[in-house]
Amino acid sequence: MSDPTVLPAIAVGAAFAAGMGAALGWAATRLRPDEDRLPEAINALLPQTQCGQCRYPGCRPYAEAIARGEADIDQCPPGGEATVHALADLLGRKAKPVDPQYGPVSQRVVAVIDEERCIGCALCLPACPVDAIIGAPRFMHTVIGSHCTGCGLCVPPCPVDCIELR
Amino acid sequence: MRFETAGAPHVIAGFTVPRVMTQVLIALVPVATAQVALFGPRVLLQLAVCAATALACEAMALRARRIEARRFLADGSVLVTAALLALSVPPLLPWWLAAFGTAVAVLLGKHAYGGLGCNPFNPAMVGYAVLLVSFPLEMTRWPVPSFGAPWDAVTGATALDQLRTGLGQRLTMQEIFVLPPFGLLGDAGGQWINATALLGGLYLLARGIVRWHIPAAMLVGLALPAALAHTFDPGAHAAATFHLFSGATMLGAFFIATDPVSAATSDRGRLYYGAGVGALTWVIRTWGGYPDGIAFAVLLMNLAAPLLDRYTVPRIHGHPKR
Amino acid sequence: MAPPGRFADGLRLESHKARAMRHRLRAAAAPACAVIALDQGRGDADPVVGPGDRVFVGTPIARPASGVAATIHSPVCGIVREIAQRETAAPAGSGPCIVIDSDGSDARDPRIAAPALESLGPEDLIARILEAGIVGLGGAAYPTGVKLATARERSVEHLVLNGAECEPWICCDDALMRERADDILLGTRIMMVTCGARRATIAVEDDKPEAIEALRRASSALGDDRLEVVALPALYPAGAEGPLLLAVTGLEVPHDAFPPSIGLLCQNVGTAAAVASWARSGEPCISRVVTVTGSGVGEPANLEARIGTPLAALVAECGGHRGEPRRLIAGGSMTGTALATDDVALTKAMNCILVATALDLVPRGEEMPCIRCGDCASACPAGLLPQQLLRAVTSGVTAEAGRYGLADCIECGCCDYVCPSRIPLTSRFRAARAEARALAADRQRAEAARRRFEQHQRRLAMQAEAERQAFEEARRLARGDGAGRSDP
Repeated sequence: MSDPTVLPAIAVGAAFAAGMGAALGWAATRLRPDEDRLPEAINALLPQTQCGQCRYPGCRPYAEAIARGEADIDQCPPGGEATVHALADLLGRKAKPVDPQYGPVSQRVVAVIDEERCIGCALCLPACPVDAIIGAPRFMHTVIGSHCTGCGLCVPPCPVDCIELR
Repeated sequence: MRFETAGAPHVIAGFTVPRVMTQVLIALVPVATAQVALFGPRVLLQLAVCAATALACEAMALRARRIEARRFLADGSVLVTAALLALSVPPLLPWWLAAFGTAVAVLLGKHAYGGLGCNPFNPAMVGYAVLLVSFPLEMTRWPVPSFGAPWDAVTGATALDQLRTGLGQRLTMQEIFVLPPFGLLGDAGGQWINATALLGGLYLLARGIVRWHIPAAMLVGLALPAALAHTFDPGAHAAATFHLFSGATMLGAFFIATDPVSAATSDRGRLYYGAGVGALTWVIRTWGGYPDGIAFAVLLMNLAAPLLDRYTVPRIHGHPKR
Repeated sequence: MAPPGRFADGLRLESHKARAMRHRLRAAAAPACAVIALDQGRGDADPVVGPGDRVFVGTPIARPASGVAATIHSPVCGIVREIAQRETAAPAGSGPCIVIDSDGSDARDPRIAAPALESLGPEDLIARILEAGIVGLGGAAYPTGVKLATARERSVEHLVLNGAECEPWICCDDALMRERADDILLGTRIMMVTCGARRATIAVEDDKPEAIEALRRASSALGDDRLEVVALPALYPAGAEGPLLLAVTGLEVPHDAFPPSIGLLCQNVGTAAAVASWARSGEPCISRVVTVTGSGVGEPANLEARIGTPLAALVAECGGHRGEPRRLIAGGSMTGTALATDDVALTKAMNCILVATALDLVPRGEEMPCIRCGDCASACPAGLLPQQLLRAVTSGVTAEAGRYGLADCIECGCCDYVCPSRIPLTSRFRAARAEARALAADRQRAEAARRRFEQHQRRLAMQAEAERQAFEEARRLARGDGAGRSDP
């Protein structure tokens, strides 16, 4: 311990550690990423079909669940591989295939009403999350193809099974 | 009448990877000649051993990776690695050490990372660094340069060695410079090697194989601190011309640092990269533990290359000026 | 005259134009059977004639139906045979076409008459140019009337005529500039009236001295000091819109906007000549100047050919095949599309038919990994880093590909040309750009769906609120609070 370089070395090391610690602490508070915007950013990458296949009631709840860490990024079949990759990119995680238990990944589909069979009961109208079906009770219903997201929520309510996804 | 279809463009320029590598090998001929003239024919043995080992290791690695070997063996890139290593190590190095170094360069420095185009470090410098650190004695035993040297030569200190020892003995620069290894510009033998490397490098520049950014930046990065230090304290620091013509400076500037795979890739990035290599070389030569710092300087800047790439993306036309 | 701005990156390519320029521009024979494609790339046209209909030269036979498309007129006089699938130059390989059998008389539609230019204002001119089916004849085939209307809206100041013709083998514009300089200037002045531009510059590459001379002579004879002729260094791709406008005006078109947003409009000299041709006779766009060239053609030449002429007929008119033709390229050697058959008919977008033998092609050889030499970056006219872009595109990370400028790639082929590893960069980027566009379209759809969903939620909330209020009101009435509600 009589080596004259020991004390200066310890002092420099300690000062360096203190400086680095202060800098990291400052960065942690002042450079914190905006957590409030994360669900919005995640939602922007989701396909907005509002189908519920991810087991959440819509795309925004799913986005919030991912942000909270409750849900994984592979639960969205309509989004497919592209969405998983985009989410993986955003969150810095590894991309993986869509988990088949949430549904099969398929091509984009739209709902089409078979007008011959439609009885005008209007039960499908409130089911559509984007108001893509127009019609009124006892009037012909039709799906606006360019607005339909293919979520399929209109199929179960129809009593005559006249809606097909293709 | 029916025709074949293919994607545009339908014509391409004549450059190929084998052609680029061949030009580099041609540009190395003057350096090799100078080394043979100064240090004797053992240099040729080194070149042969390194080339053979490199090809053998490359073939082995490609087979292990289950890749069709023919076009990669024929591209000449591994021969360039072998040649650079052979010309960087002392001619008196035992042949099995040269082979070992080459094997490390090809297997660890290149194929462990994915082969051609994937190595983050300069393979020749990986081999050189492993040899230098593992066998410091053999790697610093250079023969005394003399024209027409025989097969077994007398060993002596290089100019950079002498500089370091002399400074350690508190000699001034003027006293050191009259000692045997020093010639007109730098090291008596080394200045010829550097001059021929410069010639080869200018040839590569003229042919468009190498772009000016890395060599120019490296030479400036080395000369500038050297000149500044020499101006402030001529007794303790060698002049810029000495640094430029000693050791492996020119070889490093035009052949080693310019390895495109491990260097930065944008023009501005290359300028910073070259400057970094030059500056680090000067730092290591002046204050570091090794007489010549090019290998480590290059490896250190290889580490920095991805960061340089990320922050030197040029402005795309039509995008706002940042 | 030195141009104010210049783009440093570019290639000096062998031009291969001398052989085709040996002959004067001449008209090709009208086809015995014209095949006119209805798919125009960015949009479709629907036929307005049916099998058995009699049409004259210049009779409208199809009108724009979807996307961006132009009116098509009959190039021959005869009877419509059928509307059927035929092989075309479209990426799909075939498409619906109107097939017309010519009766050989070449009679013009009697309704065609020279327009009274003095009585037509800018909007009328634009409408007539649209009606005449004139499109950009530099290869893009964008309806000229639409471009002029947009330019008029944005108060374009400076019209730039693209006479660069930088791509090897193509020389139809050179022929036009040498022999129809007056037409080009007339077309330019008409376009200036329509879009309101106050000056016009005709930019020509300096390897075309005869064309520059002819234009300058015509311009000084005209005495209109709003027009000027400028020579540019012969680099490829000086004729691409971005580099051209930069070289002529020193201004860069913002990546997310078009030239009218900075007060510029760019038109090809061939388009100007087509406008002039319509202005002189009233005839709609039914033909174009096309270069028929290549080592596989006996006597290369520039022909004024009718739309719908089979390419095989055009080659036959130029001395037929020579040697062993390997590829039939619609366009130049850098960006042209290789067609599978010469049964395909001429469209307004084809500026060159290149019949290439082995002499004109360079075999690509095997692809090696990228060695990051950076030659591609110094060749790229858009300022991209193709080596980094390739890495992003290969690893499938679209965000990074966007950051390195995938959307700004003009698919010029310069990076491909110089790559020592022989990587087909342009094809990779083209595929990646198509994927990125599809992804962007998906995102837009999703965004629209999100907005509609949120509106749906708001509507439901408003309904629920209205119901709740009505319920409250009814309850109050039932309880007999009588808070200021009088009976009707």
